[in-house]
Amino acid sequence: MAQIIGGILTSHVPAIGGAIARGQQEEPYWKPFFDGFRPVHQWLAAQRPDVAVMFYNDHGLNFFLDKMPTFAVGAADRYRNADEGWGLPVMQAAGGAQALSWHIIEHLVGAEFDITTCQSMLIDHAVVVPLQLCWPGAQPWPVKIVPIAINTVQHPLPSPARCLALGRAVGQALTNWQGADRIVVLGTGGLSHQLEGKRAGYINADYDRFCLDEIGPNPDVLARDSAVDIVELAGTQGVEIINWIAARGAMGADVRELARNYHIPISNTAAATMLFETGSSLRAAA
Amino acid sequence: MSMATATTEERGGKRSIPGTPVFDGDAATRGYALNRMCYSFNEASNRAQFLKDEEGYCGQFGLTPEQRDAVRNRDVLAMIAAGGNIYYLAKLAGIFGLNVQDVGAQQTGMSVDAFKQMLLDQAED
Repeated sequence: MAQIIGGILTSHVPAIGGAIARGQQEEPYWKPFFDGFRPVHQWLAAQRPDVAVMFYNDHGLNFFLDKMPTFAVGAADRYRNADEGWGLPVMQAAGGAQALSWHIIEHLVGAEFDITTCQSMLIDHAVVVPLQLCWPGAQPWPVKIVPIAINTVQHPLPSPARCLALGRAVGQALTNWQGADRIVVLGTGGLSHQLEGKRAGYINADYDRFCLDEIGPNPDVLARDSAVDIVELAGTQGVEIINWIAARGAMGADVRELARNYHIPISNTAAATMLFETGSSLRAAA
Repeated sequence: MSMATATTEERGGKRSIPGTPVFDGDAATRGYALNRMCYSFNEASNRAQFLKDEEGYCGQFGLTPEQRDAVRNRDVLAMIAAGGNIYYLAKLAGIFGLNVQDVGAQQTGMSVDAFKQMLLDQAED
């Protein structure tokens, strides 16, 4: 039987990819953020997941506004990264856990989530930067992935409550999966930041702390706000927290926080990383 | 519990958050040509073509006069008012070697150094 071993939530700021490319991890500006991954690296080395199910948002690499799915699930055996237009190096492709993707798709549609399925899908920095952060320098990536893209770009966005429900349905699919995979769930993006308008540079540490404190034990309280409420609270891009909320849903009811890091600023962003052990791995350890 | 609502107002049935453009259906409709051009900048050859012949390149995508002026003036707030989405505009900014902090500084009327310092000043550690 498959096992959901834990979850990792992290910011995916493109500038992080630039810092990795330039080897700036130990520089004073970057070190407080990169140091937050030390416990993640130790945990991953011990837990050795085979598959990462990744909730993220595309930023105009794979999806243009001509066709914008609310929820899109990858169903490919390989996902290429590509030029996003502003200078990040193009990273190696990631293998896809294709049979698991279709299992998740069957379960989600059975549960009445009207998703889009993608047999060809480019992955942008929101997938690649977290892979680089979790497995620095790895070639190839040591996990196969199932990318699940959530629209955070063009309103109306899915409600945070719907994202939590989607995540929970993905979690049910994972627990029913007959493969022997060890699965880690990732949610990428956030925390508070805003790139556009006269409020550009907006950060809300109080709201971020609320998210960090509650997402483990009480994810439903994050889902009480609407997506536009979160835009007001966390900034236009801070709404990427809905990727975290979905990922949290997929981790299952019981989680234990193993590590967190919160650092202002990385570029325009309040950057954060969290690591959770899940109920199923807690039982396996007991 | 919702912590939002303190600073919002309803305007014409739509929520308005100060200083915060929400990229909704109206903006997406208005900005389609500009965003489609910026989407093309994922390709290096298209970025080069824009630099070589900006007028001709913008013409191919049918930008509105408002969008064309905003691009010509490198005016990010005007691009957003014309329906530009920041993720796509970032690809245009990248052509000029500008990043989101440069773009943030321009929109807030700050120098880039002052904008970066404003972010650093919010550090808690």
